[in-house]
Amino acid sequence: MSFLSYLINGISLGSIYAIIALGYTMVYGIARMLNFAHGDIIMVGGFVIFTVVSTLSLPPALGILAAVVLCTILGVVIERVAYKPLRGASSLAVLITAIGVSYLLQNVALLIFGSNARQFTSVVNVPGLKLADGALTISGVTMVTIVTCIVIMAALTQFINRTKVGQAMLAVSEDKGAATLMGIDVNRTIAITFAIGSALAAVAGALLCSTYPSLTPYTGSMPGIKAFVAAVFGGIGSIPGAFIGGVLLGVIENLSKAYISSQLSDAIVFSVLIVVLLVRPTGILGKKIMEKV
Amino acid sequence: MKKVLSLGLAAVMAMSLTACGGGEEKTAPADNAAGTETAGDVLKLGVTGPLTGPNAAYGSAVANGADLAAKEINAAGGVNGMTLEVKAEDDEADPEKVINAYNNLKDWGMQMFVGATTSGASISVAAETANDNMFQITPSGSAVECVANDNVFRVCFADPDQGTASAKYIGENKLAAKVAIIYDSSSEYSSGIREAFVKEASNEGIEVVADEAFTADTNTDFSVQLDKAKEAGAELVFLPIYYQEASVILKQASDKGFDPIFFGCDGMDGILTVENFDTSLAEGLMLLTPFSPTEESSKKFTEDYIEAYGAEPNQFAADAYDAVYAIAAAAEKAGITADMDVSAMCDAMKAAMTEISIDGLTGAGMTWNAAGEPNKDPKAAKIVNGVYEMQ
Repeated sequence: MSFLSYLINGISLGSIYAIIALGYTMVYGIARMLNFAHGDIIMVGGFVIFTVVSTLSLPPALGILAAVVLCTILGVVIERVAYKPLRGASSLAVLITAIGVSYLLQNVALLIFGSNARQFTSVVNVPGLKLADGALTISGVTMVTIVTCIVIMAALTQFINRTKVGQAMLAVSEDKGAATLMGIDVNRTIAITFAIGSALAAVAGALLCSTYPSLTPYTGSMPGIKAFVAAVFGGIGSIPGAFIGGVLLGVIENLSKAYISSQLSDAIVFSVLIVVLLVRPTGILGKKIMEKV
Repeated sequence: MKKVLSLGLAAVMAMSLTACGGGEEKTAPADNAAGTETAGDVLKLGVTGPLTGPNAAYGSAVANGADLAAKEINAAGGVNGMTLEVKAEDDEADPEKVINAYNNLKDWGMQMFVGATTSGASISVAAETANDNMFQITPSGSAVECVANDNVFRVCFADPDQGTASAKYIGENKLAAKVAIIYDSSSEYSSGIREAFVKEASNEGIEVVADEAFTADTNTDFSVQLDKAKEAGAELVFLPIYYQEASVILKQASDKGFDPIFFGCDGMDGILTVENFDTSLAEGLMLLTPFSPTEESSKKFTEDYIEAYGAEPNQFAADAYDAVYAIAAAAEKAGITADMDVSAMCDAMKAAMTEISIDGLTGAGMTWNAAGEPNKDPKAAKIVNGVYEMQ
């Protein structure tokens, strides 16, 4: 029974990683850049919700809406100001800019909110499930997280395969030059990708802080790194890959905490990444990229 | 140009010489007075602590606590006919500034040192007091290294000793037979307490059924640790960690419907101040704390303190108050007189400290060993209706 409990908590944690990893993977697939500031957008989302719900005492739904809107705007603005001017620059320069943006967000939050941890009021008000005479308790937020993740995955897959904008994203990810020739506005498509990724980060922020109710300016950084690992694990650039990678990572992390050592769980998670990359350098669902010679 | 410079330097030297002379002159009348009448003898105690900056609450409390104790002792006739004089200097909890503060106090004529308030500053200044062979007692420097030199004593428990004290308290009061531990393996404070706790637990008939760690990188998710504690049937969860993380643990445990006794150390002090924390979750939480302003034995102290300084005393004030009483008791025992030099005083005090026993605010029947560590019964508080209730 305890195994089931660890497994379900692992899937829930993995679902949060998956939602964050989607943002990484979409941006990477389309803009070929690693947006390391992605994790900190989660933290911004968390603080927006905290301010709306706990400080202004407004309903949680409004908090999530405000977080999604503000994070979307923030994502687009960051792309416009920090990444777009570097479109032609080397990928190393973009990577360093992204790290800079990440620290900028953390430090601004530190200035505004201070470094003290605050307790986050859960935005999910679903009662937990008690199974097998209370031996197995599944909290409401765990169920909501898993369902939300599946819904987002399904919606995103439909969006990309069924809509014009989604098709444009696919085209840009395959060949920027050819997409431009076909009349696709590459800059607009990239901006939309950032908008979607950041909106997802806001949702991830709401779920993350509801499950693990501690909010600091550094809240987003570790989950951000783990989600990046999940994206690489599943095959960066692949949307189903982000989902599989995220869930697997969450389950591995929780089970190794439970059965091997609570101290070594992070070491195990990152060792798994190294092993996967040694065996399958493109990740579980990653495409093999043929080098043109 | 060179001439100007050397003139300037000479001027500075001359000024510093007069400054020294001034200092001596100030102490001279006291010495003269000592010759004529004993009531004029003064024992000068120096205190340092952060009086400004983010930790100012600690330093001011130590300065006030020491001051209040000295006034009471003087009103009751002083020590060996000497009156105590206390002077506090600001060290900003900084390991370098504390040296300046200490030197200022020496210039003032300090004969014994009550400080420093914080561990880092205390360790730093201990090198100086060892050089001077100046008797030092730190009210609240809890890191192990604070009392490394044999001229240093302390009033509070050392960090790891809180682990031993917690295990004793739990065992003696039969709070639980099966205990789970959740600790921060990346923090020296937390893992030190945990190690001492585990060592003492077996002596107290406590079974550690789950011993779970987390690190600074994984300090937001405790669901697995709590599940394992619950699974193992823990009646009490020992949390030798800081209150920020503890607040998350309490929340997650309540979500899981896991309701053991939670027990923390001094790092837990502050749990009721976490922003947006539902304090009802902390009901029944126990923590090892040396002092509560509301308990019976400290009522008079609390009233006098509020009257004199306009603020409620905290454990730092109580630690400093006990430190000064310990000095008074040891000085009486050792027959300290104001005309002894600092080093001779220190040697006499070192021996006398191990022979005294005082009933302080932070513990009854406190004694010290030669290593400088206090031996006193641990005291625990329980949070009832949002306030500490001493047990």
